[in-house]
Amino acid sequence: MTGLATAPALDLRTRFYEELDPLLDAHPDVDVVLAVIGSGYLSRAIARHPGRVIDVGIREQALIGVAGGLALAGRRPIVHTFASFLVERPYEQVKLDLGHQDVGAVLVSAGASYDVSAGGRTHQAPADVALISALPGWTVHVPGHADEVAEILHREAAGTGRVYVRLSGQRNARPGPVDGRMHLVRDVAAGPDGTLAPLVLAVGPMLDTVLEATADLPVRVAWTATPHPLDADGLRALLPAGLGIAPSLAVVEPYLEGTSAAAVAAALADRPSRVLHVGVPGEAELRRYGTPRDHAAAHGLDAAGVRRRVTTLLG
Amino acid sequence: MTTTAPSSPTVPQRVRDLVARVTGDEKHDPSAHSTLDVVWTLYDQVLRVDPARPDDPDRDRFLLSKGHGPASTYAVLAAKGFFPADWLDDVASFDSPLGHHPDRTLVPGVEIGSGSLGHGLPLAVGLALGLRDRSPARVVVLVGDAELDEGSNAEAIQVAGRFGLGNLTCVVVDNHSDNLGWPGGIAPRFALEGWAAAEVRTHDQPRLTAALRRTEPDRPTVVVVDTTGHLTSEEAA
Repeated sequence: MTGLATAPALDLRTRFYEELDPLLDAHPDVDVVLAVIGSGYLSRAIARHPGRVIDVGIREQALIGVAGGLALAGRRPIVHTFASFLVERPYEQVKLDLGHQDVGAVLVSAGASYDVSAGGRTHQAPADVALISALPGWTVHVPGHADEVAEILHREAAGTGRVYVRLSGQRNARPGPVDGRMHLVRDVAAGPDGTLAPLVLAVGPMLDTVLEATADLPVRVAWTATPHPLDADGLRALLPAGLGIAPSLAVVEPYLEGTSAAAVAAALADRPSRVLHVGVPGEAELRRYGTPRDHAAAHGLDAAGVRRRVTTLLG
Repeated sequence: MTTTAPSSPTVPQRVRDLVARVTGDEKHDPSAHSTLDVVWTLYDQVLRVDPARPDDPDRDRFLLSKGHGPASTYAVLAAKGFFPADWLDDVASFDSPLGHHPDRTLVPGVEIGSGSLGHGLPLAVGLALGLRDRSPARVVVLVGDAELDEGSNAEAIQVAGRFGLGNLTCVVVDNHSDNLGWPGGIAPRFALEGWAAAEVRTHDQPRLTAALRRTEPDRPTVVVVDTTGHLTSEEAA
């Protein structure tokens, strides 16, 4: 470590950049592949690890193709740019140069659904998790805290799989366990007939918003940083069959609404269920600029909007 | 109009017979046969590969980017003992590991799955970066002249040139099948990006072998192999 007195960054993207230098020290087979974005923050890592931070310029097809080739050579590539240029623009390269070649990589995106709210649609990628999840063999992490980013990075750098890590400007006050499982964060007592309260599943950085939105509502709150593959056993345990009326569920995701719908439906296929999916609506572009907070409100993903939606599950 | 001359006599008749087992007739499948001289020369004269050790980390890599013409590659791999020749008799059947586009996870000696054009050269650049200074292996990738339409190749040509990848060779099999053509020729496009370029005719065996063997320590090499008898860009200039 650097020994500097400065505390680790709380911003997820900044923390990612901070972690790369020690990560390259700890994992000799890791290379970092960039398409310009991020290189300006990595002068120390670039200087200390010659040849291991590879910037291919503004060439996103080459970004993924080169990562696939590095993996074929036995390297462990960590690949980074904005989500729109990491997932959407080179989608066929993600499918073929990584998936079809049966090699791994850690793709780390910035920008999320509307971090670049002032930049407009070109820099927004609310469908990224849905697109990655549509391809075989991927794990998707959506951390909500910088410490989670560091833990995920170091673990996945030591692995061999295909991993997508979605960094966002939105974050929670405290880190949670990033073990791929679903965790009950707030419980409420069951009704007198044993009926469980509705469950709200918050994904990644949505947790603090969900907790604020539901503070005085009779709902349980669960959380995961890994929406894909979904912890189906964990979800089933929280929504047990055979207790009379099945508890209802709201899934609150910071990206395209319904992204986890198929996985949730599959997990609950053997029991009656009522499920509400809350996320970024996919029907129309929001052709407005402003702040990420403005966009959260417009999409119903601020505390007031989440509360409105969750309330429809009650009563 | 694409015209493809018959394969040169330097490719043994037994190998050409293996190609015919894949294509299923004695006619010439242009996409397969335009690559046969190159692929045979590579495996017979140039590449350091051992069918007994297809996963040797220091093996040379041959990447067939033009994956829609795998017959010659399949035939050469079978001739060199990477898999039994009888695999060639039911290509693309449900139980066959050999398809109309190759899958690296199914076939010993096949380094990449290909078929969608424009993926081999970027993968080769990454492979060369990963092997450089860590292994004596060369990376040789075969593309077609029409395949170069795909913009991903332009990105990869630029990156390989800027990074001076001396362990990378691109072979462009030029059967002049590109609809819009390449005014000024293909080789100068690589040369402008810092590649060492050579142009040879497919049947000029000594020059073909020498060109494929050539590497430069500080830059990638490209060998544009004309299969049709057209003038090279140097001759045309």
